[in-house]
Amino acid sequence: MTFDVDYAIRILPTLLNATVVTFQATIWGMTFAVVGGLVLAILRMSRFRPVSATAGFYIEFIRSTPLLTQLFFLFYILPLYGLALSAFVTGVLALGLHYSSYTAEVYRAGITGVPRGQWEAATTLNLGPLQTWRLIILPQAIPPVIPALGNYLVSMFKDTPLLATITVLELLGTALTEAGLSFRYLEPITIVGAIFLALSLPSALLVRGLERRFATR
Amino acid sequence: MTGARSSTPGGVPVPIDMAPTTAAAGVTAVRFRSVHKSFGAVRVLRGIDLEVPTGQRLAIIGPSGSGKTTILRLAMTLERPDSGTIEIEGELLGQKRVGDRLVPDDERHLRQVRGKIGMVFQHFNLFPHMTALQNVMLGPVNALGLTRAEARTRGLELLHVVGLEDKADVHPRKLSGGQQQRVAIARALAMRPRIMLFDEVTSALDPELVGEVLTVIRNLAHETAMTMLIVTHEMKFAADISDRVIFMDEGVIVEDAPSSVLFTNPAHERTRAFLRAVLER
Repeated sequence: MTFDVDYAIRILPTLLNATVVTFQATIWGMTFAVVGGLVLAILRMSRFRPVSATAGFYIEFIRSTPLLTQLFFLFYILPLYGLALSAFVTGVLALGLHYSSYTAEVYRAGITGVPRGQWEAATTLNLGPLQTWRLIILPQAIPPVIPALGNYLVSMFKDTPLLATITVLELLGTALTEAGLSFRYLEPITIVGAIFLALSLPSALLVRGLERRFATR
Repeated sequence: MTGARSSTPGGVPVPIDMAPTTAAAGVTAVRFRSVHKSFGAVRVLRGIDLEVPTGQRLAIIGPSGSGKTTILRLAMTLERPDSGTIEIEGELLGQKRVGDRLVPDDERHLRQVRGKIGMVFQHFNLFPHMTALQNVMLGPVNALGLTRAEARTRGLELLHVVGLEDKADVHPRKLSGGQQQRVAIARALAMRPRIMLFDEVTSALDPELVGEVLTVIRNLAHETAMTMLIVTHEMKFAADISDRVIFMDEGVIVEDAPSSVLFTNPAHERTRAFLRAVLER
């Protein structure tokens, strides 16, 4: 079997279009994970035991089960309870939930890295808990963990093909549909790999750049 | 601030009305009643009874681990007593009375009482992501509800008091230890506390930077009527600035005397031994 360049060029626009869906899933999933992870991290560090224990259990539970299983669970089980979301929304939800348990631990590392004296200084200035988080702790906790968050962004991007399994026509799903019509797998799958490579490599370089930038602080 | 100013010899002008001192003289600013505090198995404070009248400058001295810093941290609500009560100007700190029981205070009232107290730390604890001026403005804007313009005016004035108005837009990491500590003093003053707690404020400084910080505190003592609790290892400074000294050892107050008496004619052997040890260094 030889690589049919003409065929590859013919399906390229369709695949590039599907890349937009992959992008959207990544952006929405990451937005979810960046916000959700922060909320989880703060709950995890609550001084009220039931809250921190519940958050801790949730984080460990999500981290200890495969993303694919979570994806199937949301896609096949939720509708049984009357919550029928579109495949795309379900996919974004799964990516966001899964990755927020990882970003939560990243944030936690950042928050723990803020010296205790900063909390105490906030107390001497009579700041409330919300003000302390917003003005003192998070502005110091987040910059050092931005590279780690970036790594998870790249990671999530590379996990989006899993959404093909729940009928989302993202890049891989579209390629498989094409292949199903033509019975040629070499070209579509190769192009998928090439597109991922072309997007992941610069992102990884960007993350390394961020690492260097924040390391010097 | 109305800007009435006076100068101390060789010092920085201090706005006289900086700290409101409406409480009549003779009112108790800080009162500890049989306060106990342990960290794990270590009994840091073993029954502290202490009464600090408004306007007094109290120096707290003693060997490390004697519990001096813990007294300040309890008064600042950074720690909670295991038993006993603390009152600030007659109001319970961190607790309230319900019937004949004491329960944790509600956040609102706690903040109201805590607002009378300011603290300066050994390690400055400036906010590294903010400039000197932003550090000083933060509390007034967010806890006192001043406008940014008002807080800015107050902040610049206080940076002037500590001799650092030209460093307003500089981040703490670009300042020397002495300068950082002076910004920290300005930050605490910006809250207009009636009671100031100084926790070994020169212990983390290089020797040549100690003087500038002590000068600022001396000026404050001369120019304002703030109540001050000063934990320090600088005996000469303690003798100069304080009206009264307590010597602590192993979680108890061993000796409590006017500073003129304690430094020249200590009554207890443990006080004598401690003073001999630190003065001979």
